[in-house]
Amino acid sequence: MLEVKHLTKSYQKDKPALTDISFSVEPGNFLAIIGPSGAGKTTILRSLNQLIKDDDGQILLDGSDIRSDNKSQLRKHRRQIGMVFQNYNLVERLTVIENVLHGRLGYKSTFAGMFGIYSEDEKREALDLLDKVGLKDFALQRCSELSGGQKQRVGIARSLIQHPKVILCDEPIASLDPASSHTVMHLLKKLTVEFNIICVANLHQINLAKKYADRIVGIRQGKLVFDEESDMLSEEILETLYDQTISKELK
Amino acid sequence: MSSPIKFLAQKHRKQTAIIAVIGSIYVLSSWILNFDNFSGFTAVPKAFNWLGVNFFPTAESVELLPRIWQKLIETVALAVSSTVVAAIIALFVAILGSKATGINNYVHVVVRGIASFFRNIPLVAWAMILLFSFKQSDFTGFLALLLMTVGYLIRAFMEIIEDEASETMMALKATGASYFQVIFQAVLPQIMPSLISWVLYMIENNVRDATLVGILTGTGIGFIFDLYFKSFRFDAVGMTILAIIIVVITLEVLSNQIRKVIL
Repeated sequence: MLEVKHLTKSYQKDKPALTDISFSVEPGNFLAIIGPSGAGKTTILRSLNQLIKDDDGQILLDGSDIRSDNKSQLRKHRRQIGMVFQNYNLVERLTVIENVLHGRLGYKSTFAGMFGIYSEDEKREALDLLDKVGLKDFALQRCSELSGGQKQRVGIARSLIQHPKVILCDEPIASLDPASSHTVMHLLKKLTVEFNIICVANLHQINLAKKYADRIVGIRQGKLVFDEESDMLSEEILETLYDQTISKELK
Repeated sequence: MSSPIKFLAQKHRKQTAIIAVIGSIYVLSSWILNFDNFSGFTAVPKAFNWLGVNFFPTAESVELLPRIWQKLIETVALAVSSTVVAAIIALFVAILGSKATGINNYVHVVVRGIASFFRNIPLVAWAMILLFSFKQSDFTGFLALLLMTVGYLIRAFMEIIEDEASETMMALKATGASYFQVIFQAVLPQIMPSLISWVLYMIENNVRDATLVGILTGTGIGFIFDLYFKSFRFDAVGMTILAIIIVVITLEVLSNQIRKVIL
């Protein structure tokens, strides 16, 4: 279980980016974080694997606090937390399978990782995962040759090979066309259930959040204003969240 | 409604004013220098004519080709070796100094300062300073080119790392990869094409500059150029220049082809 308690962060003095954020997610659940740009969604997500150092609070993954980790403990925690990015953040010059195998680096010795020496099992697993995300025939292609949706699926495979307890998705579909968006969201939802992992995603697409997420957390000006089952999301809540009427998005 | 129209009219007036200012700066400076514009321009064809007559390679100078060719190869080798060594040094320093991969901000500022120092001392000054310690030898030229190239490449590599590798670095850091794993698996493969492109550019540049350095250090093609020039063998000088031009253009075409393949 992932528990966030009283998370606080400010980039500048007296200008809090996050105030007292608390929520928790059970394995097998898909949590969407929604809210206007600049509300603090990315800050929350990147605190969860400590790419951003927050100021105060607790982040408990199965009871152990990530925030109090030293360097090697943090490395062990990070390998249990996969991350999927808006711009995919793949090494475009390398092949698809090399990028998937990067997800194993946290488990390898520095030397083996530096020179990309992977075991047979790891390679086979990478191929299996590529099959799962529908890219079986692309293993040896350069990532720069793929479309956006395909790149994002490589990103998902890279996070899954980490054997993660949590996958963090930072605007996973913001750069994708509607069809690819649905493919990626559907895939994330399916894999969350299949591998019984926790999926936390920042989303701007409220309709997709409502369709695929089990729970939705709403953030406005660094404060948590909504934390309910996704069916409970109503027009009134969206109005307070975004300061305007956006009823169309709910349909 | 009228303000955008006014704005456009004003913009026209501004542009005219700027051109007028540049023109008057030119007139003023030629007045200060006592520069006669008219005879200046008419002298250009004459000068080229003189060049064409005196520097045109003759049958005699063609016989010098083997010697010129041998010195030219020496010079190209000097340029290539100094650039390659400079690139290796610059890559290490750039990784230590860039904002994305570096140690901290102080190191970043210091590295930038060092790079700018090496870059901004003119090549000729480097060569003349180094002549005191290392006398007239190929090594002096090698060192002068190396120091200047290191200055250029550190700066370029740091910017490449910051621009092209930051995002993938973050992704690999998030998987729990260690620092050296991130450098070798994300940063280096990601920046390699831009890196090679810069090294090729510096090699082209350094072949030209190695000629100049050779005049000072008495080595390579520069030495031959200087020798012929001072003994008034202008036809041989013309031959030498022609050979340099051919080699530089060949290198440029070659590196453009390499770029096309790797980018």
